[in-house]
Amino acid sequence: MFDIFLDDAPALVVVLPLLISAIIAFMPSKIWPWMISIITLLLHLFLSLHLLKEISVSGLIIYEFGNWEPPWGISFKIDGVNIGLQLLFSIFVLVSTFYSRKIFLNEIDYRDSGKAYSLWLLAVGSLNGIILTNDIFNLFVFLEISALASISLIALGAGQNRKALLAAFNYLIIGAIGATFYVIGVGFAYAMTGTLNMNDLVIQLAQYSDGQLAIFAGMSFMLIGLMVKAAIFPVHIWLPPAYSYAPSAVSTLLAALATKTILYFFVRLLYEVFIIYPSYLSLFLDFVLFPLSLLAIFIGTVIAIYQDDIKKLLAFSSIAQIGYITLAFSLKDHIGVVSGFVHIFNHALIKGGLFMAVGYFAILYKDRVTLNSLKGFGYKYPITSFALLICGLSLIGLPLTNGFISKLYLFQALYTNEMYFSIALVAVSSALAVVYFWKIVEQMWFSEIKFKSEKEDAYIYLPIWIITISIIVFGLYSTPIIEFSNLSADYLISGYQN
Amino acid sequence: MVGGLFIIITSQNYLKKVVGLAIFQTAVFVFFVSLAKVLDGTAPILTKMANAYSNPLPHVLILTAIVVGVATSALGLALVLQIYKNYETIEEKEIESLELKSDK
Repeated sequence: MFDIFLDDAPALVVVLPLLISAIIAFMPSKIWPWMISIITLLLHLFLSLHLLKEISVSGLIIYEFGNWEPPWGISFKIDGVNIGLQLLFSIFVLVSTFYSRKIFLNEIDYRDSGKAYSLWLLAVGSLNGIILTNDIFNLFVFLEISALASISLIALGAGQNRKALLAAFNYLIIGAIGATFYVIGVGFAYAMTGTLNMNDLVIQLAQYSDGQLAIFAGMSFMLIGLMVKAAIFPVHIWLPPAYSYAPSAVSTLLAALATKTILYFFVRLLYEVFIIYPSYLSLFLDFVLFPLSLLAIFIGTVIAIYQDDIKKLLAFSSIAQIGYITLAFSLKDHIGVVSGFVHIFNHALIKGGLFMAVGYFAILYKDRVTLNSLKGFGYKYPITSFALLICGLSLIGLPLTNGFISKLYLFQALYTNEMYFSIALVAVSSALAVVYFWKIVEQMWFSEIKFKSEKEDAYIYLPIWIITISIIVFGLYSTPIIEFSNLSADYLISGYQN
Repeated sequence: MVGGLFIIITSQNYLKKVVGLAIFQTAVFVFFVSLAKVLDGTAPILTKMANAYSNPLPHVLILTAIVVGVATSALGLALVLQIYKNYETIEEKEIESLELKSDK
């Protein structure tokens, strides 16, 4: 009987959270919405593992909704490119949901917890849809569901600080402009090819191999729209306020996964569909994405140094880290794409861990965490502080942590492309990352005030340490991450088409 | 389309920004629907009279996009209402000066 469900696993990983979110929306209870979410996400993880098993046998799953064949119906595609991301997504969401309960109880009214978890599952389901979908219009729908759900979640932070409302509103306006740009691009592509399915799009576009203005315009619109959503440098302005004024649990989920899934689709569009116009692709990568990534790395890091508010500091460092990822992807070769995917995995863990630790501090301190407020926290709350320290060292890229693996691959990729200036810039901004992280460490451990250690909540530090230990484990034994990234790059770069 | 974008960028009033966004999105919807027209085409209903049909798919896509647009506008207006309750104004400049005061 169970097999019937397993056949539909690709649809269920998306539909299950969306369905359950409708059910728990109006539960006034404190604990049930969280319990049901955890059970749902355990099932979600089980389905993801089942998909991994299927993929390791067959290598490709195309799931057709309602058995409509691909050029007409909507389809999901699971292959070597996204299975790794799917697994990471499933595990991280489960851990952060476990973490979120005590945080939500502290930050929002408990009567709202049903609605909060409803939005939470809505965001989870739609972000997962972005990972799996094989249809460019379907992507827009998921993009908007996830944006609306996360905007509402960010606005929940208004109980803490009313600036959350302004942050959510700006995200809404800028995000909606980005999504609408993307739709214009889809319109152009559809007008020229008559198809929305990504595999079919490649076949149809091949007949315009000499290039058509309408297609290039459409491609540019789509890419710009996605760049806004993925917070790539000049259009990132919505991100820092949105992440820093959202409730702590929400910033954990968004910082770790929301931009990553969109970046993944951005890369997939570039290397799977637009690759048939090599001249356009290299024009975009060399003269748009590459310089913007360098600027993002440098400016993001420098602004982060001058931040007093820790969550804002982390948000600006996210801008720089997204820059590292896009820099790797703009290199157009196998090792570049591998290092991009490696950093997607590693940065999701690092930023997730950092935001979790800082979120816990915000609750202990009962106010926004600034540099001054962290005085002596290293002695007061040693367990969480030590996790924060490890995550921070990994962000800088010290050996024994997974951040080091990311940096190693990025340097290797840049070195094989003989981009010595970029190597220097990445090295300098890593050094600057030491500056802003040291400011935190100094306040936490080296201020005059000494505190006795206080009791910490195991429900909160347990998930933080799960992430921290995984950071160390992947730093020492990085084979799984490298394998998955290699698999993704193999599929994308070899011009693989169904 | 450009008109809507212009309103979003220039207006200082949050309510006007939401309206500008709606105009911008509607313009894109009209663009999609105009793609669907086939010369001499009729509505895509099987009859003996017709010899060409307009493409129904863009209409269906836009039906979805309209729903998304409504949800965006609704959420935007709800946020404007909350902003008004918290700040008692929805003018961008006034809110900025309020925030500057509270930071000091």
